[in-house]
Amino acid sequence: MNIVVLLKQTPDTESVIRIAGDKRSIVTDDLKWIINPYDEFAVEAALRLKEKYGGTVTIVSLGPQRVVESIRTALAMGADKGVLIDDEVFEGSDSLGVAKALAAVVREINPDIVLCGSRAVDYDLGQRGPMVAEILNWPHLGLAVSLESDGAKVTIERPIEGGKVTLEVDLPALVTMGGSHAVWNPRYASLPGIMKAKKKPLDVKKLADLGLDASEVSGDAARIRITSLEPPPERAAGRIIDGGLDTAGKAKELVRALHEEAKVI
Amino acid sequence: MADCVCVVSEFRAGNFRRVSFEVASEGRRVADALGLPLYGIAVGSGVSDKAEELGFYGVDKVFVADDAALEHYVAETYVPVMAEIIQGLNPAAILLPASVDGKDLSARLAARLQAGLAQDCTEVVCENGVLKAKRPIFAGKCLAWCEWSQGALPMISCRPNVMDCKAADASRKAAVEKVDAAVPEARSRALSVDLDTSGKVELTEAEIIVSGGRGMKGPENFTILEELARELGAAVGASRAAVDAGWRPHSDQVGQTGKVVNPNLYIAVGISGAIQHLAGMGSSKFIVAVNKDPEAPIFSKADFGVVEDLFNFVPVFTEEVRVLKSTC
Ligand SMILES: Cc1cc2nc3c(=O)[nH]c(=O)nc-3n(C[C@H](O)[C@H](O)[C@H](O)COP(=O)(O)OP(=O)(O)OC[C@H]3O[C@@H](n4cnc5c(N)ncnc54)[C@H](O)[C@@H]3O)c2cc1C
Repeated sequence: MNIVVLLKQTPDTESVIRIAGDKRSIVTDDLKWIINPYDEFAVEAALRLKEKYGGTVTIVSLGPQRVVESIRTALAMGADKGVLIDDEVFEGSDSLGVAKALAAVVREINPDIVLCGSRAVDYDLGQRGPMVAEILNWPHLGLAVSLESDGAKVTIERPIEGGKVTLEVDLPALVTMGGSHAVWNPRYASLPGIMKAKKKPLDVKKLADLGLDASEVSGDAARIRITSLEPPPERAAGRIIDGGLDTAGKAKELVRALHEEAKVI
Repeated sequence: MADCVCVVSEFRAGNFRRVSFEVASEGRRVADALGLPLYGIAVGSGVSDKAEELGFYGVDKVFVADDAALEHYVAETYVPVMAEIIQGLNPAAILLPASVDGKDLSARLAARLQAGLAQDCTEVVCENGVLKAKRPIFAGKCLAWCEWSQGALPMISCRPNVMDCKAADASRKAAVEKVDAAVPEARSRALSVDLDTSGKVELTEAEIIVSGGRGMKGPENFTILEELARELGAAVGASRAAVDAGWRPHSDQVGQTGKVVNPNLYIAVGISGAIQHLAGMGSSKFIVAVNKDPEAPIFSKADFGVVEDLFNFVPVFTEEVRVLKSTC
């Protein structure tokens, strides 16, 4: 089974986010970069499929040169090759522009299945998977917390508000991953894996290699853009309920405060 | 010039989901600001009978695609049906629910319509005919205002439980127009749908949440949180530590890689307050922390903090809530 994983590099989830001087972007100088956790789930799911059915796992990503490091990490986990779309023309592109570029690479690879995270923990756009599927004219299923396949179709469980749905799709198809670390438990890159990853193929592509025109995908073509960033409202300093009270006294005081002051119970 | 503002509703198991009414209310505000009528899109099975209810929340006219083949959401069938309706309406903007299905649908529909999508917004403003939408990014560590380029179609999915919902005005029924939409052949399908009928409150829609972390020490101890939750009419959530330990299902996880919740009251019990947990609950209107460590970072985010062993404190607190509920 030939599998493509769409991977995005995001700042580490511990990162402190600082707004840059232009008030429209963030300071990236001192950030630590990781594979978007949901895309890491997709890498894990892809490797499990490969273990069962053979084939290859190709990592496809868009971003600057530093993204190579995250692709190498996925290769060290067990993926076979990588493609990085690195072109300044994508500076300021919207989700649709990025999806067009990713879809162009997927079309060329022509895999049986595409996996990617349901969202990225940076800009949380939640659009890449469904948009790529739409451009390819493929079906997609979203937010998989389990994924089974017989080689010709895929079955997933998708949590919805107050329940879950079991969905099935005939391949080729795209699936976006939900769930948690507890569900996917992504494997670590082993030391031999890291050594091997250095020799695995990693292609870098420019706009011209994709058969797309800048007028479709560039920042100037973006339909939507961020015009300003602001910090979230500061929470006023809280109050520790103590006043020398014993356990019962604190419980009474908390109930009173929630009922009378905060009016939330 | 555009002809209307469109709102997409979500229909499940015979009823509109509440978020549909929140989106309709927000859509009404936008439509009024632009001086346009508000049209609703209702897709599902059996939705015709209920469609006029969208009028209670400000929708003028509802376009309905009612078909047994549309009983369960699958992008492959919903997107073409909705796109066809929308293309006939020439909207100035489309508002949708940022529910689980709504976010998935919004993304694919935006690609089909070549629109600009602002996903999971918490605020929409309209100044001099120009729309702006605010959305949390980096797990709420930053808020982004988005605008659309000239000629682009704005699509805005609205985070549930955040935007004001009008009080229903049952005297105001929407006109209903049935649409003969051809449901396309699909390669994807729903095999089964299991909805929890126990009346358990869904985390993303809960008014009150009681969450437990590693401090709970084991799965059996969650009964004390469940008892408290029962008294408060709350949902029970968990930190990743509790989920990773296998004490709670991953659907209970609150945080950056869990659910983002917006309750009126969030009670964090035995949770340290790691940045990834705060990312999921930091926008709760009121936060209470119970932790035996006075240095726990959660206290810096909590409106009220209690430094106590949770095993001593929670049962006593539950009892006090019970007393309050029986007297008012
Ligand atoms: C990529 C990534 C994604 C993540 N996503 C999430 C996420 O979505 N959600 C999430 O929650 N975390 C997430 N995390 C994990 C996060 O970093 C923390 O590890 C986690 O939130 C800790 O959970 P906790 O507070 O329950 O446990 P701990 O940090 O171990 O805290 C336990 C707390 O319980 C208190 N305690 C212990 N016993 C008692 C007692 N008897 N009475 C009272 N208090 C007691 C302790 O003082 C302590 O403060 C993520 C991490 C990464 C790297």
